[in-house]
Amino acid sequence: MNAPAEFALPKVNVEEKLFQDRYRVDVGKPHIKVRDAGVCASCAAKPCTVCCPAGCWSIDEDGGIDLMVDGCLECGTCRLVCDEGNVDWNYPRGGFGILFKFG
Amino acid sequence: MEKFDVIVVGAGPSGNAAAYTLARAGLSVLQLERGESPGTKNVQGAILYADALEKIIPDFRDSAPLERHVAEQRMWLLDENQSCTGATYRDARFSQEPHNRYTIIRARFDRWFSGKVKDAGALVICETTVTELLRDPAGKVIGVRTERAQGDILADCVILADGANALLGERAGLRPRVKAEDMALAVKEVIFLPRETIESRFNIADTQGVVIEIAGNITHGMVGTGFLYTNRDSLAIGIGCMLADMKRQSLTPCQLLEGLKRHPAVQPLIEGAEMKEYSAHLIPEGGYRALPQLYGEGWLVVGDSAGFVNAVHREGSNLAMTSGRFAAETLIGLRQAGKPFTAANLAAYKRRLDDSFVMADLKKYQGVPELLHDHPHILGTYPRFLGDAAREALTVDGEPKRDKQKRILGELTRKRSVLGLLGDAYRFWRAFR
Ligand SMILES: Cc1cc2nc3c(=O)[nH]c(=O)nc-3n(C[C@H](O)[C@H](O)[C@H](O)COP(=O)(O)OP(=O)(O)OC[C@H]3O[C@@H](n4cnc5c(N)ncnc54)[C@H](O)[C@@H]3O)c2cc1C
Ligand code: SF4
Ligand code: SF4
Repeated sequence: MNAPAEFALPKVNVEEKLFQDRYRVDVGKPHIKVRDAGVCASCAAKPCTVCCPAGCWSIDEDGGIDLMVDGCLECGTCRLVCDEGNVDWNYPRGGFGILFKFG
Repeated sequence: MEKFDVIVVGAGPSGNAAAYTLARAGLSVLQLERGESPGTKNVQGAILYADALEKIIPDFRDSAPLERHVAEQRMWLLDENQSCTGATYRDARFSQEPHNRYTIIRARFDRWFSGKVKDAGALVICETTVTELLRDPAGKVIGVRTERAQGDILADCVILADGANALLGERAGLRPRVKAEDMALAVKEVIFLPRETIESRFNIADTQGVVIEIAGNITHGMVGTGFLYTNRDSLAIGIGCMLADMKRQSLTPCQLLEGLKRHPAVQPLIEGAEMKEYSAHLIPEGGYRALPQLYGEGWLVVGDSAGFVNAVHREGSNLAMTSGRFAAETLIGLRQAGKPFTAANLAAYKRRLDDSFVMADLKKYQGVPELLHDHPHILGTYPRFLGDAAREALTVDGEPKRDKQKRILGELTRKRSVLGLLGDAYRFWRAFR
């Protein structure tokens, strides 16, 4: 990438943004799962942690993946950026998940 | 088991156009939508192109929830954190009725369109996710499976209007998985300001609106663009980049959007606005070369699910509505001729697309995704150069103009060799001609 190194963007708190969004969470039934936690642990780049617009993917203390889908915007990005095919991705049950007021 | 003439999966613009057209012609239509109501899962900028909708609902202006008509278009090249070079096109004719383009809010628009679909006689069922397509032993699509108990439903034809991720077609083996190389991820905020503030900041009145398309280093070298659109009492601001680029760097989508919002050319326009929603959605931008198979035994695919987006002109919803209408008209024609919905007969859908602006435009720009992918500096070097050149030219500092111009040109050839410049110009011309 030819982005100049000296220009750093501010860290943003995505939770604050998601706080404005409306959801109907399907408690205890996450619609996205990691297939094999070991594959994530040995995945060097972990692009899901950068690309997810809702910050659902983070790196845990042991270098593995911590996935929290409550704030998911259902875009489908994590499924497509994972070269390992390690994301078991489904839409939430009908009526559950993100409820865009404006969209 | 219940059986319909046609099942439409999805209630975005493509599915609604299809369901509406089919139901009006008297076919029995079931439309399934996973959202609580149509629109609750959907994201757009959003500019509505009147022409495509007019061909489906000629008097849509009487009842559709339109925000503002587009009276002015701005194209901006933003250098990171500093400058803005741009062009403005305002035309009094844009403000004469009937207007050609409007800003809309998708959640409201989709609900309105769905009301029309119901009025036309289609059965619309929300809160229902279709999980797979039903096939007979020969592979013909004969219906859908939903997650509900006894959730299998049969139809003579299934229209896949399920949007950018195109999961159903992939899972049925009708198409390959969409690729990160062909998809852009866009994030967007809807931010509210008093109507008078919007009108004074953007120099507009009544139902006039401004759309600003933004390119340049706001995407930090990634292929992508930003936008800022005026609604009645809110603004839509967003930025999108190709996933293949995004996965190779370390800025989050949220940070990119924040960078755009803080750019000195943008910040004063949105100052004090209250953010009420943050959203994200994929856009299929692979263009003509990424199109999947568009029809088969008992099925058709329309809209984003087929990859019908003209990324250069930022058009998607109009291709979605037009392809939905074509799919419906194809089925209506076959039904009237007493012909079954076989792949050979459904090929008529592809011919309709080929004969229209949908395929003509997709073909015209088929080289663009590759051009930008292989030569990302086109979006980086030139905007920065333009900004630098304008600053040099506009700074009055006692340096003779001739020396200034020489230095500006020298700057450009230092960034990009003369051969490189010529090559870029040629590639640019080839891709956009
Ligand atoms: C940020 C952004 C800005 C854009 N700006 C513009 C613009 O200004 N102008 C323009 O013309 N286009 C624009 N587009 C593109 C435009 O939004 C799309 O091309 C258009 O929405 C495609 O319509 P569609 O009906 O094919 O898909 P969608 O609108 O995505 O609709 C698909 C529907 O199917 C439903 N669905 C999906 N899977 C299932 C399932 N398994 N079961 C049941 N229901 C299902 C979804 O809930 C959804 O309602 C933009 C896109 C984005 C993301
Ligand atoms: S990219 Fe895939 S394998 Fe790597 S951390 Fe993310 S989900 Fe796991
Ligand atoms: S679908 Fe989108 S928002 Fe949801 S977890 Fe995946 S990347 Fe994040």
